[in-house]
Amino acid sequence: MTADGNGSAFGSRIRKEDARFVRGLGKFVDDVVLPGMLHGAMLRSPMAHARIVSVDVSAALAHPRVKTVITGEMLAERGMAWMPTLSYDQQAVLATDKVRFQGQEVAFVVAEDRYAARDALELIDVEYEPLPAVVDAHQALAPDAPVIRDDRPGQQDNHIFDWESGDAQRVAEVFAEADVVVEQDMLYPRVHPAPLETCGIVADMDPVSGRLTVWSTAQAPHAHRSLYAQLTGIPEHRIRVIANDIGGGFGNKVGVYPGYVCAIVASMITQQPVKWIEDRAENLMSTAFARDYHMRGEIAARSDGTILGLRVRVLADHGAFNATAQPSRYPAGFFGVFTGSYDLQAAHCSVTGVYTNKAPGGVAYSCSFRVTEAVYLVERMVDLLACELDMDPAELRMRNLIRPEQFPYDTATGWRYDSGDYPRALAKLLDMAGYHDLRAEQAAKRERGELMGIGLSFFTEAVGAGPRKHLDMYGFGMADGAELRVHPSGTAVLRVSCMSQGQGHETTFAQLVANELGIGVDEVDVVQGDTDHTPFGVGTYGSRSIAVSGAAAVTVARKVREQARLIAAAMLEADPEDLEWGDGRWYVRGVEGAGHTLAEIARAAHADIDLPDGVDGQLAASTVYNPPNLTFPFGAYLCVVDVDPDTGQVTVRRFVAVDDCGVRINPMIVDGQIHRGLADGIGMALMEHIAFDADGNHLGGSFMDYLLPTALECPSWELGETVTPSPHHPVGAKGIGEAATVGSPAAVVNAVMDALRPCGVRHADMPLTPAAVWRAIQGRALRSDLAIR
Amino acid sequence: MQVPAQFEYERATSVAHAVDLLVKYNGAGRVIAGGHSLIPMMKLRLARPEVLIDINEVGELAGIVRDGDELRIGALVRHNELLDSAEAAQLFPILVDAERVIADPIVRNRGTVGGSLCQADPSEDLSAAFSALRADAVIQGPQIRRTVPIRDFFVGPYETVVGPDELLVELRVPVRPGSGSAFVKVSRRAGDWAVGAVGAAVWLAGDVITEIGIGLSALGAQNFVAVEAEDFLRGRVVSAEAFAEAGRIAAEHCDPPVDQRGPADYKRHLAATLVARSLTLASHRAGREV
Repeated sequence: MTADGNGSAFGSRIRKEDARFVRGLGKFVDDVVLPGMLHGAMLRSPMAHARIVSVDVSAALAHPRVKTVITGEMLAERGMAWMPTLSYDQQAVLATDKVRFQGQEVAFVVAEDRYAARDALELIDVEYEPLPAVVDAHQALAPDAPVIRDDRPGQQDNHIFDWESGDAQRVAEVFAEADVVVEQDMLYPRVHPAPLETCGIVADMDPVSGRLTVWSTAQAPHAHRSLYAQLTGIPEHRIRVIANDIGGGFGNKVGVYPGYVCAIVASMITQQPVKWIEDRAENLMSTAFARDYHMRGEIAARSDGTILGLRVRVLADHGAFNATAQPSRYPAGFFGVFTGSYDLQAAHCSVTGVYTNKAPGGVAYSCSFRVTEAVYLVERMVDLLACELDMDPAELRMRNLIRPEQFPYDTATGWRYDSGDYPRALAKLLDMAGYHDLRAEQAAKRERGELMGIGLSFFTEAVGAGPRKHLDMYGFGMADGAELRVHPSGTAVLRVSCMSQGQGHETTFAQLVANELGIGVDEVDVVQGDTDHTPFGVGTYGSRSIAVSGAAAVTVARKVREQARLIAAAMLEADPEDLEWGDGRWYVRGVEGAGHTLAEIARAAHADIDLPDGVDGQLAASTVYNPPNLTFPFGAYLCVVDVDPDTGQVTVRRFVAVDDCGVRINPMIVDGQIHRGLADGIGMALMEHIAFDADGNHLGGSFMDYLLPTALECPSWELGETVTPSPHHPVGAKGIGEAATVGSPAAVVNAVMDALRPCGVRHADMPLTPAAVWRAIQGRALRSDLAIR
Repeated sequence: MQVPAQFEYERATSVAHAVDLLVKYNGAGRVIAGGHSLIPMMKLRLARPEVLIDINEVGELAGIVRDGDELRIGALVRHNELLDSAEAAQLFPILVDAERVIADPIVRNRGTVGGSLCQADPSEDLSAAFSALRADAVIQGPQIRRTVPIRDFFVGPYETVVGPDELLVELRVPVRPGSGSAFVKVSRRAGDWAVGAVGAAVWLAGDVITEIGIGLSALGAQNFVAVEAEDFLRGRVVSAEAFAEAGRIAAEHCDPPVDQRGPADYKRHLAATLVARSLTLASHRAGREV
């Protein structure tokens, strides 16, 4: 073990959580059973846009096992019919005036069991007066479009915001100098995080203590607590939010949903615990979607392939309520990183957000606030440019990548990339893939009329938000706490504000602490997801955990180690300055092998020895880590596909991924995260999307309609790595949770477009289903946001 | 929340008992075998049977046996049993081709051949496969046991000739010499319903097609079959041109539904492509290359 954080606790391919998960002994929210617990069920709107004429719940209330039925009107009496969103809009908890998307919450039944609750939904009589629905985002701002948000004072249309980044004037200048300009419209379709565990809650309002305890699927438990306090008027210190094991989040479990609020109100009314567990259709139809970016990209270059500038215009479909989870000053998230990994002279984007009659959300689905859309845009544009210039796309990328000596690199849109060696990663990828052989194979196949494609993608992420000065979540600066206590025997408990949804925090964070303190990974337990037992922080999303909470854990462990130095000095009757840390011990310089281990020091810290000045006894510390900057993981991906020209079927034959996430703490967990994200990319590129018909009916409300990829669509992943430490993270880690989701869709689409090049196809939107590919070959591409007609 | 409405449950111990129960409940009962269609529909409350009649323990309905010039496949044969049957694989590779791409191993472990046919989903793979093979369905009622050609079995989407007091007992597939068969399917993802699927069976005398069966799934073919294409091929010599023409004819006569799996023009094109491909493979398996 060494003081620079490169001890043996790093590199272990272990997972502490697996023992309980593989035996089915995880404790998820639906496993919580309390005495006297009631069950809630949500009545949802069958229509996308309609005025509510009346809601009659009398028959449901007459059901013998129904305890209460909550309506929007009842909530309005308590001032709770609407709740704030993470984008400072308001969202209906239960509809009072209109329903604005299919699946919107209308009434909440509370019954003695879940069967009765479901039965009673059918006894509620809602009269709707249908209104025309706004489905096509391109029609949302038409003068005759129905106004969806007439609840907002002064709202005369479906416009939400205009936001821009970069220098439009400078872009115009470089475009004027360019030899070639390529333009393309592209849609990143609406997709869904689709965690296998749906959302749910058990709310328990104790009428005696006045304390509310909530078990829920929360990626951000502390933020949820604050919102519940604001909504219900229960003081924050009397609310406890507990997130036990979470079966996947991917951003879907960042926000607060109407079902959570209804369960809390139901527990307040009935004075009994209330459980509400969403079903699959509810999850897919009403909870936070992602993407839905209609983009127009323009890229300008010299004829030698030097990229000069990039311009993007985005129409962002935010659904019926602007509930996007993102820092306040960034209504388009971090889309401003759309210049990607390239050294450009100028760039500009403008984003317009619109309301439509679709579910709200717009979360960062496995990506840091719209970075996925940004990477997709730039990587498609670079490929289109390569096509236009008839240049090899690998060569074009290599020519324009930011060079290692340019870091820290300031982008044309104001981001400071922390570190990177991009050409090294790309060169490694091309070598691993056998790029030149692949191109030769492709050329031979093209001769025979076979469609083989090779797609590249090079991505840079912006993750680990804050600093708190620039970045917030619902007004909370993005800085996270950590607390560490070492027990008398030398075992330790770390408490962090982030919350694992399957990422293996219990292992990785234990490794971070063990590495700093020279103790075993099994001697560190990690507590997370319980607001009574963890310090405040804004939670896990946007690959923040290692970048922010991980840094907090290391920082607090180093604080404890410094305390231990003082105590060890007293034990050794030496000057603390004469002590060195190594091999898990504080020892007097020059006397390696002597000194004291952390366990010995911990025992002393709790014993009766005279402690030096400035030491209170015991070994414990806390910290709040405020990151100085984001971290910028990057990677180079290559995908090989074969396309059947007659059926349009795409087979992903190979996928090679070189990731640089800085220092890797647990390589197995890193690999697992990459595998997951690559599968995700294949899913989005080839099958996942949510379309709506002309009436606003949701066409992806089950796993028969919303397809997730399986092992059969995934090749055996070929992974490689480079390591460029982040200069400002205490152990040089950058975060890996979302890299592959961000980088892989563009590689798959680029591969399919490369395969279709002999057919004259330039672009087709995701998902590239067999029908979509065949239609693209016919020159009549499908629009994936609308129902196929 | 996906929970079914209230229902009663009966467990049948024999075919006769199952039919008795169907008679007793007079149309209010639904037979449950693997349950992989019915239970999801009940959870979504698209189906609300008052009584479930469980036939999973009716041994008479199980098993795959060669009986003279027929292969008899019990209605309760699980998809995986058919997939693993050496006898079926040798006689009718079309069935193995189809089973390999039906749903996933978990569904195939439990779902049944009879259940798939009785569900009569327009996208059901086995309906096309058995239609191509010109199988017969054996149906037990309170009075009589009747045999219905599979091509007369389907009345419409989700509707068959099996009456409310009847039970599908088995499929009988004729075994004739000179046969070859194949099933090809395009789906958006493994386990998904077909965007389009075609099963073909040929019976050859030398190069000449003496009998032919072409079954189409998910492509809007009447009773799952491409009769016009079959009529075109019967009596012809196998050839790539003839198979391509059969595909064109099948595409012209089907009426594919438009849904998120694809537009009609694509599915029509797919019908033509898959008819030609399945015929080519079936012919190859019958010993004739085209």
